Amino acid sequence: MQIAVLSGKGGTGKTTVSTNLAKLINVRYIDCDVEEPNGFIFLKPQDIKSKEVSIPVPYVDEDKCIHCKKCVDICQFNALVHTDRVILFEKLCHGCGACRAVCPTMAIVEKDRPIGKIETGYSDDMECLSGTLNVTEPMAGPIISKLKGMIDDKTTIIDCSPGSSCNVVKPLLGVDYAILVTEPTEFGLHDLKIAVELVRKMKIPFGVIINRMSQEDNATSKYCKDDNINIIGTIPFDRDIAVMYSKGELLIKDEKYKKMFTDIMSNIEEAIGCSL
Amino acid sequence: MQLVIISGKGGTGKTTIAASFAYLSENSIKCDCDVDASNLHIVLGGEDIKSEAYIGAKVAHVDGDKCTLCRACEDMCRYDAIKDGVVDELKCEGCAACTVVCDYDAIKMKDEVTGDTIITKTSKGILSRAQMIVGAEGSGKLVTDVRKNALSYGSKDDMYILDGTPGVGCAVMASVTGCDIALIIVEPSQSGLNDFKRVLSVVEFFEIKPLVCINKYDINEEVTKDISAYCEAKNIDLIGKIPFDTTVEKSINELKPIVLYENSMAAKEIKNIWKKLNDYTK
Repeated sequence: MQIAVLSGKGGTGKTTVSTNLAKLINVRYIDCDVEEPNGFIFLKPQDIKSKEVSIPVPYVDEDKCIHCKKCVDICQFNALVHTDRVILFEKLCHGCGACRAVCPTMAIVEKDRPIGKIETGYSDDMECLSGTLNVTEPMAGPIISKLKGMIDDKTTIIDCSPGSSCNVVKPLLGVDYAILVTEPTEFGLHDLKIAVELVRKMKIPFGVIINRMSQEDNATSKYCKDDNINIIGTIPFDRDIAVMYSKGELLIKDEKYKKMFTDIMSNIEEAIGCSL
Repeated sequence: MQLVIISGKGGTGKTTIAASFAYLSENSIKCDCDVDASNLHIVLGGEDIKSEAYIGAKVAHVDGDKCTLCRACEDMCRYDAIKDGVVDELKCEGCAACTVVCDYDAIKMKDEVTGDTIITKTSKGILSRAQMIVGAEGSGKLVTDVRKNALSYGSKDDMYILDGTPGVGCAVMASVTGCDIALIIVEPSQSGLNDFKRVLSVVEFFEIKPLVCINKYDINEEVTKDISAYCEAKNIDLIGKIPFDTTVEKSINELKPIVLYENSMAAKEIKNIWKKLNDYTK
């Protein structure tokens, strides 16, 4: 069982929801927001093991190259150019292997180029995984795919990156249920609609958590009701929560918030029709 | 002069501040680089005067009549995007490696529209923005296009205010390259400090002048001190500390920039920051 936590917009509380729920029911947590991973700040896993993530990039053997430029022509990402020889702009390379496949003289070999890392550790006996993209590297996708590849069928909560682009699609592939975290503001509503469109497109069942709720009657709640979207929980607009968050503390340390997440969890279990 | 507002993490107040600057500046050109979830137009309002489909990616298409299901493409594809002669468009990176190995000429790359670029005329000048199709590839390239569009509405001497994207990856790099000043909004939390350091590295890498502003600084004064000390040690100007102010939420819901609320503490500080910023842009 894979449960993903996402939101159109950043800063709505994805990490708060995913770390607290994962810890509450003691299941595996994975932080797929590899551009700004923050989950470990709250879960504080121990015995962290780190592994480099690389992508294969082409290397041209000058002795074999006949300067046919086929590799340059096939590259869809403009990563290869030909002057008097073939030059690689490595940060544009997606590591797809098309250049190697098209080369008639087998002049292209591939070398691994590191773009980030994956860390694993344990918060008590709970397994925690997190990916980090190296700063100034543009491509988060390969790290996310690798992280996803490390999951088996044990229940896992996936903390996604903000937005709705390819970096959110990758963690969502194969997910059984999605939690969309939003805020009761016009910005939040605008971005929630984008997230809803995405999970509907991918045919993933989902529910919404409204964070920073100050009044019951708001545009986001109304949208959910009108559109038959299941609101599985709300988190109050509360300075105490902001303070606990700022210190890097889990909210479930406090009994009243623990109750709140327990209720959310039972709503999720009801929605997916099994207990976790 | 191009000023980009970034934050590492989302939800730190980039758009609130960008919208305020848009109101405070007389003749600036606005640019919303957050193509995944653009919000600036919601506050600024106005009328869309131009919209163009943006072709940002290619996707493989298999001709079922020619395909012999030899699966050479399946073996080649590193993104697991082809199964039984059918392309999963959400997984396809558009690399064309499959076309190379197909002996039956059954696969063609087709252009894919990944969003729209839009020019909105607001009461405070031109806003260049985009609406990406959900789940699309290549938001970085789309950001570059949105910026090009903005530049076509002004000259080099004009002031450009760019609402940046969250994170440190491709879209952020496309937002900041070539800018003169990056105003980094930091939230005083453990994760905020972490995100700040990462996004600062991006700004430094591109040799853009960083300026820092702490939002909701009174939520955790201890971390605020850490951020101040960090800025001082690195010789980065901390040009403002915005207090936690519930009027901000009200302003978002009333779709008005916070600077229009006279008694708001946050608004007062944002006006101060804008004044200080203008000293850097002279």
